[in-house]
Amino acid sequence: MKQIIDFVVIDKQTFQRAALLKLKSSTPLPEIRGGQFANVRVDGCDKAYLRRPISIHDVDYQNNTIDLLIQEKHEGTKTLCALSVGANVNIVLPLGNGFTMPEKDDNVLLIGGGIGIAPLLYFAKTIQSNISCRDAIHRISFLLGGRTDSDLMLLDRFRSVGDVFITTNDGSLGEKGFVTDHSLWNTMKINKIYACGPMPMMKAVAKVAREKGIWCEVSLENQMACGIGACLCCVENTKEGNLCVCKEGPVFNIERLLW
Amino acid sequence: MVKTEIKLKGLTLKNPVMTASGTFGYGEEYSDFVDLSELGGVIVKGTTLHHREGNHYPRMAETPMGMLNCVGLQNKGVDYFIETIYPRIRHFETNVIVNVSGSNIDDYVTAAAKIDALDNIPAIELNVSCPNVKQGGMAFGVTCSGIEQVTKAVREVYHKHLMVKLSPNVTNIAEIALAAESAGADSVSLINTLLGMAIDAETRKPILSMVTGGLSGACVKPVALRMVWQVAKAVKIPVIGLGGISSATDAIEFLLAGASAIQIGTANFIDPSISAKVAKGIAEYCERHGVKDVNELVGGMII
Repeated sequence: MKQIIDFVVIDKQTFQRAALLKLKSSTPLPEIRGGQFANVRVDGCDKAYLRRPISIHDVDYQNNTIDLLIQEKHEGTKTLCALSVGANVNIVLPLGNGFTMPEKDDNVLLIGGGIGIAPLLYFAKTIQSNISCRDAIHRISFLLGGRTDSDLMLLDRFRSVGDVFITTNDGSLGEKGFVTDHSLWNTMKINKIYACGPMPMMKAVAKVAREKGIWCEVSLENQMACGIGACLCCVENTKEGNLCVCKEGPVFNIERLLW
Repeated sequence: MVKTEIKLKGLTLKNPVMTASGTFGYGEEYSDFVDLSELGGVIVKGTTLHHREGNHYPRMAETPMGMLNCVGLQNKGVDYFIETIYPRIRHFETNVIVNVSGSNIDDYVTAAAKIDALDNIPAIELNVSCPNVKQGGMAFGVTCSGIEQVTKAVREVYHKHLMVKLSPNVTNIAEIALAAESAGADSVSLINTLLGMAIDAETRKPILSMVTGGLSGACVKPVALRMVWQVAKAVKIPVIGLGGISSATDAIEFLLAGASAIQIGTANFIDPSISAKVAKGIAEYCERHGVKDVNELVGGMII
C-alpha cells in the first residue's frame, strides 16, 4: 500500500554531485520492491513546487530506514542533497512497479549508468533474499558505467552483493568506453538484463539485448508530476500506446517499448 | 456540529470539496491516501466520445509555484469508461462526476447522452476550456456563441446536473458564464488552466511538446479567485471555484468570493491526501468562527 510518511535524515554521505541520505520512518515501512521509487517533497526551495521521484537505493525493515542516492541535477535535487542530519522529509512511497524477479538459475546482469546505479543495489538484495532464488546457483553481476571515476559511488556496497564490472568514458576506472563496450559481453552467459541510467545508455543496452536475444528490463525516469498515474504527464509511447511511467513503469520490458 | 452539506440542483454534496478533473484520475489512484467518502465529489478524468492518445511527451513543465501541462485529454473514450471504469467506481460513497470533452458538438452530445444513462453519475462537467487540443476544447469556451451552442445541445440530451467548466483565457469571463447560464447550465466551474508556455534557455527549445500548455497550481489562485468573484456577482446559478486551492484557508477564500463549492486540482500532486484535509479544515474554520452552516460563507466577503 502506498503511504505518505514523514522521515528524518539520520545519516548522510556526500559525493561530488550527489548525496546518500539514510532516512528513518516514523511508522513501519510498507513492503517495497526493488525498482520502486519514492516521491520526495522538497521543502524550502521555491523552484521546486512538485515532488522529486527518487529511486530507492536500500531498505532496512528492522530499523525502518530507507537509503536514497540523489544526484544534484537542478534546484530541487540540490536542496535535497543539502539536507542535514535531523531534517524532516515527507515522502510518498512505494510507487510504480519494480523489476521482475529472475528465475532461480538465471545469470543476472544489472546495468547502471550514472545515478541509475541507485535502484540496482536494493533490487539485487531482494533477489538474494528471495526464497526461490536463494538456494539456486545463480550469479548477480553489476555492470556500472560513468563518465569518470567520481560518478561511480558506493562500489563496496555493490561488491558485497555481486561481481562488479566497470566502464568509464575517460578510462579513469575499469574499462574505457560505454557499458555496451565492456569485454564481459563476449564472455559472460547472461539470461536477464536489468538496466537503469541515461536514455542513450538504456537504448544501447536494449539494442545489445535484442541482438543477443536476452530478456531485458529498463527503468525509465520521464518527468513526473503526480507519481501515481493520475496526471498522465510522464507518458512513454509504447506498443500499447501512451503509458504512465510512474504507474505502469518505471520498469518496462524492452519488448513493450518502441525503441 | 457544523452543517457542511451543499445542495445544488439535482446534486447534493456532503461538503464543498470536490477533486478537479485531470488531477485525480478516476479516484482509485488516491484510495490509499484519501477516504473518498469524506469528499463532496470526485470529478474524473476528461472523457471524450472516442479514444484519444493525447499529446507527445514532454507534457509537463514545472514553473514557480505551479506547473504547465499539455496532456491533451488522453483517455480511452466514453464506451471504455462505461464498460470498464464505471463498474469499478460506481459504488464510491461520493458523487462521481464525469468531465466530458469533445472536438465538435455532436461528440459532446453523444458522449453526454451515454453518461446520462448511468445511474450513479449524478452530474457531468462540460469541458469547453481545455487549452491542449487542437480542435474544439477551448474553442467553444472562449466565445459566448460557442459556449451557448455546446451547452444548449448537451442540455437537450442530458437530464441531470450540468456543470460547465469555464476557461480563464477570455476577456470577460462573466459574459461567458452568463451565456452558459442562459443555455441551460445548472452551475459553472472555474477556472480551467491559464494558457502559458516555457522555454529552455540553454537549448532554445520549448519545454512542452505542444509549445504552449495550461498553467495550474498555487500561482494561479489570485486570478481564479478574482474570476470566481466576478462570475458569482453576474450569474444566478451556483459557481464552483477552483484554481490553486492548496489548503482549507484557500478554499474558504473561494467560498467567501462567491463559490458554493470548490475543487482541488494540482495540490493533489503535492499532497495526495490534501482533499480530505481541506474538507476537515473547512469544518474546523466554521467551528472556530461560529458558523453553523457552511452555506453562510458563500459570497460572505466583507467589503
